[in-house]
Amino acid sequence: MAAVGIVYGRGDARRYETNPATRETDWVKWLILTAALSFFLLFLLMPLIAVFTEALRKGWLTYLTAITDPDALSSVRLTLLVAAISVPLNLVFGVAAAWAIAKFEFRGKRFLTTLIDLPFSVSPVIAGLIFVLLFGAHGWFGAWLFEHDIKIIFAVPGIVLATVFITVPFVARELIPLMEAQGREEEEAAVVLGASGFQAFWRVTLPNIKWGLLYGVILCNARAMGEFGAVSVVSGHIRGQTNTMPLHVEILYNEYNFAAAFAVASLLALLALVTLALKTFIEWKVERGMRDTV
Amino acid sequence: MGVATFFNPTRQTRVLPGFGLALGYTLVYLSLIVLIPLSAVFIKTATLSWGEFWAIISSPRVVATYKLSFGASLLAAAINTVFGLMLAWALVRYSFPGKRLIDALVDLPFALPTAVAGIALTALYAGNGWIGSLLAPLGIKVAFTPLGVLVALVFIGVPFVVRTVQPILEDLETELEEAAASLGANRLQTFTKVLLPTLLPALLTGFALAFARAVGEYGSVIFIAGNIPMVSEITPLIIITKLEQYDYAGATAVAVVMLVFSFLMLLAINLLQAWSAKRTGRNR
Repeated sequence: MAAVGIVYGRGDARRYETNPATRETDWVKWLILTAALSFFLLFLLMPLIAVFTEALRKGWLTYLTAITDPDALSSVRLTLLVAAISVPLNLVFGVAAAWAIAKFEFRGKRFLTTLIDLPFSVSPVIAGLIFVLLFGAHGWFGAWLFEHDIKIIFAVPGIVLATVFITVPFVARELIPLMEAQGREEEEAAVVLGASGFQAFWRVTLPNIKWGLLYGVILCNARAMGEFGAVSVVSGHIRGQTNTMPLHVEILYNEYNFAAAFAVASLLALLALVTLALKTFIEWKVERGMRDTV
Repeated sequence: MGVATFFNPTRQTRVLPGFGLALGYTLVYLSLIVLIPLSAVFIKTATLSWGEFWAIISSPRVVATYKLSFGASLLAAAINTVFGLMLAWALVRYSFPGKRLIDALVDLPFALPTAVAGIALTALYAGNGWIGSLLAPLGIKVAFTPLGVLVALVFIGVPFVVRTVQPILEDLETELEEAAASLGANRLQTFTKVLLPTLLPALLTGFALAFARAVGEYGSVIFIAGNIPMVSEITPLIIITKLEQYDYAGATAVAVVMLVFSFLMLLAINLLQAWSAKRTGRNR
């Protein structure tokens, strides 16, 4: 027991700064702080600021023209469509996978968890390539798809498939550790008292995991809307048809239309900021909830 | 319940329903979306003879991309390990204004689409950019050189080390350091002999995660790299180049090399995480 007057809580740096045993001398502290903050400024803050200053370099009028351009609007619509399909698919998958892995014991559980994480370690370019190999003109199903006049590659279905592949792990990996930590006693009590499996999930599990679920969905959505490499391989870059927002940014940039490229990019940067704000809010909410229960 | 009986040989009494359905759905979905498509890469490569495969993956232009991709990724992960540790340390141990905001923005590379990061970094480091114009008089060119690749890979790797080290640092008991100090250790000794060994598994995990991510990275790199063959061309880009020339077999052969590397990294990361959990007594 330390004989210090004030006891600082976890997450409060003052509990280290007031303790002689965990405190660095001032010049070491300033050295670490300067190095860390310079790194932050150089690699995180400046790129973020650059997006907005470049977007507004030629004034608001150019900015508004760029983001209301029909091709830009169509890229926004496609991006929203792709996210609206792939996020719910991976949400349902994530819940099912977490239910099986967290609430039951079975052989090969660790292996299955690793498999779910697999898309994170595969290069986005390869994620696109595999669907070209399957559904492209020279792919396994290419001839069959051509006969039946179905387009997957260089069309919206391919973009959705590649995005779903890339975002498979997001919801599952948030839920698995959370549901494992919560155990199964509450659900078991509900079932013993006569609840159906669905009722137990809806009334007991869901309220317990709602923040974790939302967290996973937000991150999944950010990646689904922002994915570039995988989508780039399967899209074909047809303006107004198969261009998502990140691809539209690339096309504008390669045409040296920098102001317009950064204008569309700034919308994606705003999405990133909203994602981070929501993420921080959820973390704060969960932290507070944990403190209240203690 | 075929699935349930196979995966559960012991068949303990089970109160909760839905195991067969949940596991069955998980396996079918994962097979359709991930496993079967990924297996296409290996099956396609099997149509090549060993000699053809080797000729593709060891051609000078492809080998040059491995050197750049793996070299720059290793260096970027190393830079991230050093500065990531300092950033995590500052966030846990020091109070300073704007700390919550900085903490939240550490995850920016996860949230910002890679293409946006790519053009933003290019704008900063080009000869007329904010940073590029400062470096130009010193004769340092970043954009459109291998150095640009390094900058992009450092950017996308920032969160990995910070987010693996930060929770370990927060959970660390101050008693350890108090004991070290009372036994006469100075701060540097306490750090190298007490703290570093505890943080090492997390640092290595963060390093491995950043490295694995960097090798496969595409979007943020291609804008700043200049993509000059033999000089600043990364491995994912050569896959795209081969695809655009309808060289499916060539693209797939290089993809196999990258996939095998990814699987090895995944294995290494799993082992590191198990070690980390054992060393610090916390799960994940």
